[in-house]
Amino acid sequence: MQQTKAQPTFWITRQMLVLFAVLGTMPLWAESVGLYQYLGVEIVIWMIFALGFNLLLGYTGLPSFGHGAFFGLGAYAFGLVQHELAVSLWLGLLGAVALAAAGGGLVACFLSHRRGIYFALMSIAFGQVFWFVAIKWHAVTGGEDGLLNIPRPAFDFGVGHLALDNNTALFYFVLAVLAVVIIGLWRLVHSPFGKVIQAVKQNEMRTAFVGYNVWLFKWSAFTISAAVAGLAGGLFAMAQESAYPDVMSLHASGFVVMMTLIGGGFVSFWGPVIGAAVFFLARDLLGSMTETWLLWYGLMFMAVVVFKPEGIAGAWQDMVKRRSSGRERGGHAGAALAAQLKR
Amino acid sequence: MALFEARHIHKRFGDQVVLEDISLAFQEGTMNGIMGPNGAGKTTCFNVLTGRFSPERGSVSFAGADITGLKPREIARRGIARSFQIMNLFDDYSAIENVLIAVPEVREKGFNMVQQLNGGSSAMDKAAEVLRKVGLAGREQENAAALSYGERRALEIAVALAAEPRLLFLDEPTSGLGAEGTARLFDLIAELKESYTIVAIEHDMAFLFGLADRISVIHWGQVIAQGTPDELRANKWVQASNLGKLA
Ligand SMILES: Nc1ncnc2c1ncn2[C@@H]1O[C@H](COP(=O)(O)OP(=O)(O)O)[C@@H](O)[C@H]1O
Ligand SMILES: [Mg+2]
Repeated sequence: MQQTKAQPTFWITRQMLVLFAVLGTMPLWAESVGLYQYLGVEIVIWMIFALGFNLLLGYTGLPSFGHGAFFGLGAYAFGLVQHELAVSLWLGLLGAVALAAAGGGLVACFLSHRRGIYFALMSIAFGQVFWFVAIKWHAVTGGEDGLLNIPRPAFDFGVGHLALDNNTALFYFVLAVLAVVIIGLWRLVHSPFGKVIQAVKQNEMRTAFVGYNVWLFKWSAFTISAAVAGLAGGLFAMAQESAYPDVMSLHASGFVVMMTLIGGGFVSFWGPVIGAAVFFLARDLLGSMTETWLLWYGLMFMAVVVFKPEGIAGAWQDMVKRRSSGRERGGHAGAALAAQLKR
Repeated sequence: MALFEARHIHKRFGDQVVLEDISLAFQEGTMNGIMGPNGAGKTTCFNVLTGRFSPERGSVSFAGADITGLKPREIARRGIARSFQIMNLFDDYSAIENVLIAVPEVREKGFNMVQQLNGGSSAMDKAAEVLRKVGLAGREQENAAALSYGERRALEIAVALAAEPRLLFLDEPTSGLGAEGTARLFDLIAELKESYTIVAIEHDMAFLFGLADRISVIHWGQVIAQGTPDELRANKWVQASNLGKLA
């Protein structure tokens, strides 16, 4: 949490390069370790979703349990743009972000003067409203079946274009989006805005008494977080070639909460990234062994909450700290490592 | 005209009247003490004057403008800062981050989402300077939660000072400090007094009588006595309530 230390914060950090290297080579090794190309697409999309979600949960301290609504708004918007307006990647993603931000901004008007359990309960209620509308508003959303046959528009970059209809190409596209989101959010959480929302999380009253409009900061964090969720949702509609109400359900909203917590979103910027990877690996690895994989994942979640609420990133930080203090007190190499997973 | 003036403030919680009819005026450049027994309504009075609660009746003005019923952030931005009786810090932030967040320069950039707050910037220098002033030099990177009680008290004041206020409210700054800590705080406030208008709630009479230009005694939600330390020593209320003996 102490990034205001004297060192400058760069646009791109070592951890980012490691992540991009691991993910960037994934299509080369995924199949040899028993994974498949589409899994990478899913993981990366949910990393984007979870990173945006953690801006709210980990950085602003606001537990939203209805964030699937904004992911879903993004998915529907992307589909509707393709069906009703034009087959266009950029227009689709723009629509996804805009609709989710608008929905988020509206909901945030009702939530931003709340916190804690009241905030959580109201976020569930609003999430359910969106989910219900998605199911009932047949003419627009396609009801329970959702929007089908959403095309995957090509990636048009002016001088040429790149088809995204195969999963490897799509993977590199969503990875590029993830890179942009990570660099942007990393910058944001270390900006004055990022410092203020973390202050709101720690002490709302004092933040107001030093002169900040707490309501507006919470509103902004919520809206940005919803916009990022919408971006992820738009990519998901493209990946799935459909948009359906299930992603807005309470349990889909619960998944992103669990990912973020298991990964360690409260103590690390990287928590949601780790958590999303673990979630999908657990789904596929446990899922290949047992149909009740979600039960086991749920138990794992409970174990983390009970024994290591700071999640995987927290456990990692502890381990590095213990190692370095074992070697020599205040060892600089160790301390630098420990700082790596910090926000 | 007084820099800050509260007129006929009335505040109740449910049917408990906490502030009956409080009028106070603080002149620019003075140090003002507020004393009174526990539960007298002193903290509530601060809360009303700094915007946490709005009064049922009465008005508050600062620097010639009516600020009655304004929100804490609006009052803060006009140049009024306060510390809290029960510590109110950003516990996961380092000492310097606690102060930095209150520096006006940072506050004006609150919605900047791109720029980074780096060492060497003028905001950082100001924050470090405030920490030095309250005696926390060398402790900049320590987490607020890891500081000792006395250091946290000092940080509580530093966060208020960082705002570069015209008027500073301190709610029981010595509470919980030992003799040594109190003596150090005495020196600090004696120094701050030179550049700020200060209002301090304080139980430690020797402390207050040694520093304040004027003192108001609040009891049962009213100002029962007011004056210079010398006048108060002679006051029958103060003597009757045994407060004068300590001074
Ligand atoms: N937020 C509140 N809600 C209800 N009652 C309060 C509140 N704040 C203070 N009080 C009551 O007001 C009275 C005065 O409290 P306070 O202003 O804290 O006294 P002091 O600071 O002089 O010790 C007490 O009886 C207290 O219980
Ligand atoms: Mg009090």
